[in-house]
Amino acid sequence: MDWQALRLSLELASLTTAALLVLGLPLAYWLAFSRQRWKFLVEAVVAMPLVLPPTVLGFYLLMAMGPRSPLGRAWEGLFGRTLPFSFEGLLIASVLYSLPFMIQPLAAAFASVDKGLIEASWCLGESRARTFLRVIAPLSWAGILTGLVLTFAHTLGEFGVVLMVGGNLPGRTRTVSIAIYDQVQAMDYAPAARTAALLLGVSFLVLAFTYALRRRQRKPWTIL
Amino acid sequence: MDDPLSPGATFLQAEAERRFPGGATVEARFEIPAPGFSVTVLFGPSGSGKTTVLRLLAGLERVDRGTIQVGGTCWSDAGRRIHLPPQARNLGFLPQAYHLFPHLSVAANLAYGLRGLDAAGRAARVDELLGLLDLEALGHRHPGELSGGQQQRVALGRALARRPRLLLLDEPLSALDRPSQLRLRQELRGLLRRLDLPTVLVTHDRAEALHLGDRLVVLDQGRVCQSGDIQQVFDRPTDPTVARILGVETVVRGRIESIVEGMATITVGSAQILAADPGSLGWNVFVCIRGEDVAVERRGGAGSGSGSTVRNRLPARITALHPEGSLVRVSLDAGFPLESLVTRQACADLSLAEGDPVCAVLKAAAIHLIPHD
Repeated sequence: MDWQALRLSLELASLTTAALLVLGLPLAYWLAFSRQRWKFLVEAVVAMPLVLPPTVLGFYLLMAMGPRSPLGRAWEGLFGRTLPFSFEGLLIASVLYSLPFMIQPLAAAFASVDKGLIEASWCLGESRARTFLRVIAPLSWAGILTGLVLTFAHTLGEFGVVLMVGGNLPGRTRTVSIAIYDQVQAMDYAPAARTAALLLGVSFLVLAFTYALRRRQRKPWTIL
Repeated sequence: MDDPLSPGATFLQAEAERRFPGGATVEARFEIPAPGFSVTVLFGPSGSGKTTVLRLLAGLERVDRGTIQVGGTCWSDAGRRIHLPPQARNLGFLPQAYHLFPHLSVAANLAYGLRGLDAAGRAARVDELLGLLDLEALGHRHPGELSGGQQQRVALGRALARRPRLLLLDEPLSALDRPSQLRLRQELRGLLRRLDLPTVLVTHDRAEALHLGDRLVVLDQGRVCQSGDIQQVFDRPTDPTVARILGVETVVRGRIESIVEGMATITVGSAQILAADPGSLGWNVFVCIRGEDVAVERRGGAGSGSGSTVRNRLPARITALHPEGSLVRVSLDAGFPLESLVTRQACADLSLAEGDPVCAVLKAAAIHLIPHD
């Protein structure tokens, strides 16, 4: 089994999940509560990765990161190396590709918090931000957990975008899903089967754990 | 309503409007003359805009026209684009559904707005509130484990925790069963008096309005029809809409003189009447009499003998007759203004006319007493 690829995949999934949590909380809050007329456009953009072929997303990302794009040049100027076929490039691609898997459960959970509870908090002197931390987030813990788990599992299993943006560089961009593909291409079925079974098991366990927790929603945890 | 001597001293002055998309407009137009204990009741049928008025005061709705001033501070001014957010208004808001935080214990709900205090100060204030509202044993329960009455008290305590300078109560008792409502009305008014807090209370229940209120603001279809001292509004509704909304023909202040074997003797105006004592009354009451429950007899007519079960026979004079459909509204002066509804047929048979001396007949059981101390 390709332990290096597995470690890389876990690292990528963890970092993607962390980055999406930081990005997703404010974005999902905005989507849940904003009354802007053009909100539907943002919703459509966020949901795009669900329907686009990974190759299409990968293609545009590759173009956007290339040495001739503003992003590519800025990155090269700052860090002295190129984005495509690097771990950092892969991370950016994963964040975009898994965006809906984080945003949708978060936004749905925030929107289902009773508006009256939010207003009660405002009337008790708490700002919007503190109301989010003390009321909305604790009451949305199941949605937040779902977002984290789905993002992690989805990133672990992504293939097309990784291949387009990351290529297949051992230790840098070669994830487990690509390792399995390689092994099958090389008729190397035994390690492919072991890796596939491992991914299957991990995915099942993580999801089962999440849904088991959600079953007992009555005991919420609090951030503050 | 008007206080020409010191208009600047009015505690709360609302002259504001909220326009909803679709055309509905709700106005908040009333005042509370002074800080300190007083209960202003927003009264009207459902859909009349009572809750919207409360939300305008709380800052949860924006004012589209006009101003709201409280205690010398401008809370809302559409013209100058001022909108103080709810966080900055220092008010206590009790929403109709209570909206206790389900993930926090009773104590944590009470302490929620007390971030300004240190841990010791918070704990002391929570203990004080638990005692005030008789919730000592429930501090670590969660809202889902409380009865409706207990939830109501926790919500009230949470609204009081920050020592607000204005209390807003949206149908505070409507979610409770009838016996609890009656008991808590009494307690609530006593509590508000002790706290010396100006309160605005929404209700559609007339008895609740009379029991709890000092001032009345009558709303209909988003308009303030009339506002002022509660007795004055009930005595002299400015138009038929207000009279219809208030619903009862006769509402007068009375004073209980004595209670003997469950029967209360009450002085009303220059008359005395007998009514069944519902228990736990103070000395001052509102006497409510429905027009259908008042019969009119010629003086010295049949039935005035000792064989009747009727307790009250009041000499009266007819001051006005108004046909209302198949009924006639007979306005009487029986030492206090009294309204009677009789059939056209009965009115014709007795050939009643303005100025006639008659006898107003009232069963004691038909007189509804509402305490008001």
